[in-house]
Amino acid sequence: MEPVRTIDGIAAPLPDRNIDTDQIIPASYLSTVTRTGLGAGLFHARRYDEHGNTKADFVLNKTPWNGASIIVAGDNFGCGSSREHAPWALKDFGIRCIIAPSFGDIFRNNCTKNGILTAAVETRLADHLMAVARNPSSCRFQVDLNNQTIRAKGKTYDFSVDEADKNWLLSGLDEISLSLRDSDRIDAYEQSWRAAAPWRFA
Amino acid sequence: MPEPKTMFDRIWDDHLVRSYPDGTDLLYIDRHLLHEVMSPQAFQGLHDTGRHVRRPEATFAVSDHNVPTLPEHRFEIPNAASRLQVETMAANAREHGIDYFGLGDERQGIIHVVAPEQGLILPGMTVVCGDSHTSTHGAFGAIAFGIGTSEIEHVLATQTLRQKKPRQMRISLSGHLPDWVTEKDVALAVIAQISTAGATGHMIEYAGDTVSRMSLSGRMTLCNMAIESGARCGLIAPDRKVFEYLKSRPRLASNPEALEAAMDSWSHLASDPEARFDNAVALDVTELEPMVTWGTSPEHTIPITGRIPHSAGTERALSYTGLSAGQSLDDLPIDTVFIGSCTNGRIEDLRLAAEIVRGRHVSDKVRALVVPGSGLVRAQAEREGLSEIFVRAGFEWREAGCSMCLGMNEDRLSPGERCASTSNRNFEGRQGPGGITHLMSPAMAAAAAIEGRVTDVRRLMGARS
Repeated sequence: MEPVRTIDGIAAPLPDRNIDTDQIIPASYLSTVTRTGLGAGLFHARRYDEHGNTKADFVLNKTPWNGASIIVAGDNFGCGSSREHAPWALKDFGIRCIIAPSFGDIFRNNCTKNGILTAAVETRLADHLMAVARNPSSCRFQVDLNNQTIRAKGKTYDFSVDEADKNWLLSGLDEISLSLRDSDRIDAYEQSWRAAAPWRFA
Repeated sequence: MPEPKTMFDRIWDDHLVRSYPDGTDLLYIDRHLLHEVMSPQAFQGLHDTGRHVRRPEATFAVSDHNVPTLPEHRFEIPNAASRLQVETMAANAREHGIDYFGLGDERQGIIHVVAPEQGLILPGMTVVCGDSHTSTHGAFGAIAFGIGTSEIEHVLATQTLRQKKPRQMRISLSGHLPDWVTEKDVALAVIAQISTAGATGHMIEYAGDTVSRMSLSGRMTLCNMAIESGARCGLIAPDRKVFEYLKSRPRLASNPEALEAAMDSWSHLASDPEARFDNAVALDVTELEPMVTWGTSPEHTIPITGRIPHSAGTERALSYTGLSAGQSLDDLPIDTVFIGSCTNGRIEDLRLAAEIVRGRHVSDKVRALVVPGSGLVRAQAEREGLSEIFVRAGFEWREAGCSMCLGMNEDRLSPGERCASTSNRNFEGRQGPGGITHLMSPAMAAAAAIEGRVTDVRRLMGARS
């Protein structure tokens, strides 16, 4: 994975709470055995009408937000299902950072694994940033992960991020390779617990 | 005196392979459950990197999410993409030596119904699955939580996960459940009280005399919905009921001595009385009523006698469900009834629904489906004569799968169709694009099927004999 340090791009406001992963990518897009091409289904019910025509009033269909790399949303963004198709779809569309008061736990993990930053801010700041992003002349944000800052309309704001998530994103390391370096410890763990609690290995 | 510990602390500590300086832990995973929708990309990842499955014997797979539930489609899945996913699951299981229940195997069904049924879930274990409703298995006193596909690949390759320990919340439930009020109503009432983000970053331990009286099936319903309040995992201390349940399970029945030894160790898992929780919530269920959702989040829940609240920020939800603040849900006409899912697709749920349906008929305006949670639940229901009650009443009696809970297969709502559902999520479009979901218990869903409207099951049935 490429390390994530800064994101400089258009921010799109999605002023709703509890935007669930079913909204981000509906179930009809989950019947795939690959990770690619899911951007077409991103926010499907909001982007398209029942005939597949683009809905002109949805923010991600409007210029300049159709080129967004940042989303600013209400709290509990990404609640619901564990589908990693949600961050795959967001990334395929071009999203690299989501700013919200809080995130679904599984979704937040899935974002980190895919190089998407989940930046947490207080509700009032999220509301303010959505208002700033709504104006085409001020919707370009700069997010700096190392300093944990968002620069919008000439002002700088702090955000919080889980320490482990931050390290992963900055390093771009492969987690499985790192864990496999601990194979000896995993072997030793298994050996001792096979004796102490054999039913766990039955 | 050693520091008092919660059950979650104990199980977590027993699974610690190592800790890292960034505050995360490498946690050993005892059971890894797989299904066809979240796993293909993980196996592809293993393939691309030349890695192998570390412990195939600790791994178990089914196809459940997108399988057809019409008997005539079971052996030739009409949808090509779904067929490819199911075939890929079977091929990956075969290649890596993983036990797999496919279509045509009577034991196939929803992973969270099948795994306990087979005796795969034991107290004190860690259990993961690429599905958020993995929280179900906390009913056995196991740390069980949903993961994404990258994490599936990590578990396949290492039998571990790198995790940050969550904060801990205890939800204490007291009192006897009134007639026709179920664990589903408790789960919805809890979410209404603490909100869908109320337990984000936490695990939940459910405790109290109400929980002690619950059957394993009811405890599974409760833990299943932990994720709908934001908690990745729910947990209940194992007791005699768990031990009795496990005795007869296929995985364990052959080795009663090992089970006895295990039971002794499991009886020490419960949280110490002085153990500290980061948060505590209490709910007395004595006056609880049947609950129904009105909006597009499980927190949008009211008692059947209640009215939709006037609250800020619910305009979008109300516009989607076509309802207004101040309105009652009692007598709201419905088009469809879905009884099934990992929340309410077990034999106990079907018995409860059948009790209401017996001798009655589904409203002629309503399409009603019963989708058993597993092939074994289906067979059991047929032996007990429940299927006959449903079919005579006008229900469709389907094969096992996730079905209309998430609308991945053909079982979907059409735009504007209104459904009384025993599933777990009423999100926009969850059961089909434009479909409207009202979550409720199997008793309430059965009553709705009969009346053609959301109705108070207590009015239909009176006091329970």
